Amino acid sequence: MTDTAARPLHPHVAADDPRLRDRSALRSYAVLAGLTLLLAVVPLLLDDQSETIAVRTLIFAIMAVGWNLMSGYGGMFSFGHAAFFGIGAYADAYLLVEHQISPWIAMVVAAVLSAAVGMLIAWLCLRYKLAGAYFALATFAFAQMFLLVVQNLDFLRRTEGFNVPILPENSMWMLQFEQGSDLYIWIPAIILILALAGVIAFVNSRSGQYVQASRDDETAAASLGINVLRVRLIAVGMSCALTSVAGVFYTQYYFFVGPEQAFGSAVSIQAIIPAVIGGIGTIWGPLIGAVVVGPLSELIANLLRDPPPFLEFMQGVTGLDVAVYATLLIAIVLFMPKGIYGTLRDRWRR
Amino acid sequence: MTSSTRTDAATRDSGAAVQRSFGSRLRDMSVPLTVLGAAVLAIALVYAVGGRDPGLVTQSVVTGLLLGGVYALVSIGLTLIFGVLGIVNFAQGSMLTLSMFIVYSLTTSAGLPVYVATLVAIPLMFGFGVLVQSLLLNKLTMTGNQEGPLLVTLGMSLLIINVLLMIYGGRPLRVPSSVSGSVTVFGAIASYERLIAFGGALLVAVLLTLVLRRTSFGLSIRAVSSNTQGAALVGVNVRRVYALTFGIGAACVAVAGGLLSPILSLTPSVGEQFTILAFVIVVLGGLGSVTGATVGGLVIGLVQTVGTLYLPGTGSLVLVFSVFVLVLFFRPQGIFGASQ
Repeated sequence: MTDTAARPLHPHVAADDPRLRDRSALRSYAVLAGLTLLLAVVPLLLDDQSETIAVRTLIFAIMAVGWNLMSGYGGMFSFGHAAFFGIGAYADAYLLVEHQISPWIAMVVAAVLSAAVGMLIAWLCLRYKLAGAYFALATFAFAQMFLLVVQNLDFLRRTEGFNVPILPENSMWMLQFEQGSDLYIWIPAIILILALAGVIAFVNSRSGQYVQASRDDETAAASLGINVLRVRLIAVGMSCALTSVAGVFYTQYYFFVGPEQAFGSAVSIQAIIPAVIGGIGTIWGPLIGAVVVGPLSELIANLLRDPPPFLEFMQGVTGLDVAVYATLLIAIVLFMPKGIYGTLRDRWRR
Repeated sequence: MTSSTRTDAATRDSGAAVQRSFGSRLRDMSVPLTVLGAAVLAIALVYAVGGRDPGLVTQSVVTGLLLGGVYALVSIGLTLIFGVLGIVNFAQGSMLTLSMFIVYSLTTSAGLPVYVATLVAIPLMFGFGVLVQSLLLNKLTMTGNQEGPLLVTLGMSLLIINVLLMIYGGRPLRVPSSVSGSVTVFGAIASYERLIAFGGALLVAVLLTLVLRRTSFGLSIRAVSSNTQGAALVGVNVRRVYALTFGIGAACVAVAGGLLSPILSLTPSVGEQFTILAFVIVVLGGLGSVTGATVGGLVIGLVQTVGTLYLPGTGSLVLVFSVFVLVLFFRPQGIFGASQ
């Protein structure tokens, strides 16, 4: 009591006062460290079939984390992330098959290339003031255009796609291992961890704060002296680069890529759905969404292979998995607009 | 909401009250006329210096126009929904598929002729549209949320496609045709089915324009489209108008589905290509403009078929998308949208 009275009314607080430090970033890094441990152990516990599911979930997660940077934090809704995933998948396939270049180098090439392409597209869109639905349509159109262009280019083998040649032995440099190797999980897991660390750093950085401010109120942000276009392009570049890395890994894991697997509109949807279900504009949302969506197809396929009596009529039916996650998507948008993670977090804080 | 539809409706209304000069009318029409001129010029060029057989060119022009009519029909539904509700309906193509499967079921199980089945499908799809809007979308639309409806219609599209896949399987199906034969126009062959589809498309476009311009219900739709709050203040039931508009959009698609079903073979994903094309057409014509969608449909139909003469396979679609991106950047309000 006496202590409070003795304090001056307006105490001087130094800028580096520990009480002013934002601890949310630290907390996020701590969670990330825990996640790293978990992901390091998980591959040791899984059988071959669950490993495929885990890899797919990780690819979903990387794409969704990438999509979320641009669309969640940046507020620029992309319906065409297949364009960047495809650039990654094709850059890897082309460089590897035609020039025997390592996928690691392809990752760098793909990241730079798709960041450049993405920033160019976004720059055109923002320059001509396309926002909201128009922006979504424009990105959608670009992805479709890339699909059609690839289908008509001879040096990208038109509709045939690329088969990755299978090497006789394991090779880290060529990112190829025997079927069921734990490295197939560890590598995307490391990419995901680095991506999440990058997101945490970005969100807490000056540019990250600026881009969120621009999303919430463009005019106010601009009048405070924020270079709205610049910070937005930074977010777009990071988002596209990350998505293309997922594409590179996709080609390496499945040994094949064709136009539809790389640039099809289904790919764009795969980037959107986990992020929306988990929570747009949150750090952990896309990851949680991917964990929900990734294993869903396999679970439902298993269920229908050996259906319980009341589902007998569904045996051998295809399409139920997508129908389920489409329903989930609609329900989440209507009833939990902040996604699973966003909603839970808000409830927790209250 | 788009400012283009707003000013569009405003000028139309003031035009009714104050007789506008011929000059200003001409100025309003300058861009559409330029586009029309450019289209005619392009076709003339293809004939003159295109280096293709004239008979072949005539055939693709006729096919393109007929195809464009059906494109227009799908796009009219989309443009209406966008103009009034501000929703980009990603489910437009799958709603087309849905109506085609309704027609298929009615023809195969109830034995109705295709065009009678279409007449039955129209009210069904209208009801479907009204339900979707009032149950799923109204809440989001009323709050002015941009991304929510986009995601819901995306989810709906996936849902429709995959439920159809679960019921009918992925194998292509055919709707038994009730008319056959063809006529020859300037040496080009046009089947009756395609001619009927074209005629039906034009009929719907004209009917819809009349409803929008001449009836009090059309007036309330235009009022909501130009100023939602104002319309609500003068007693328009905005939710009802939203639901009915989505219903009309779905009904347009039902007509298109019925007319298309004898022409295409049915798979659950058959409508997908139409979603993309309808977007292109709607942006080309100006979001929210029925006339624009009609003209845009014809133009895109032509670009696609005449383009095939030079770029085989999917190459002509690259042309279509190039047009789309150019329009999106340089004239986002479209050909028939008012300038900003």
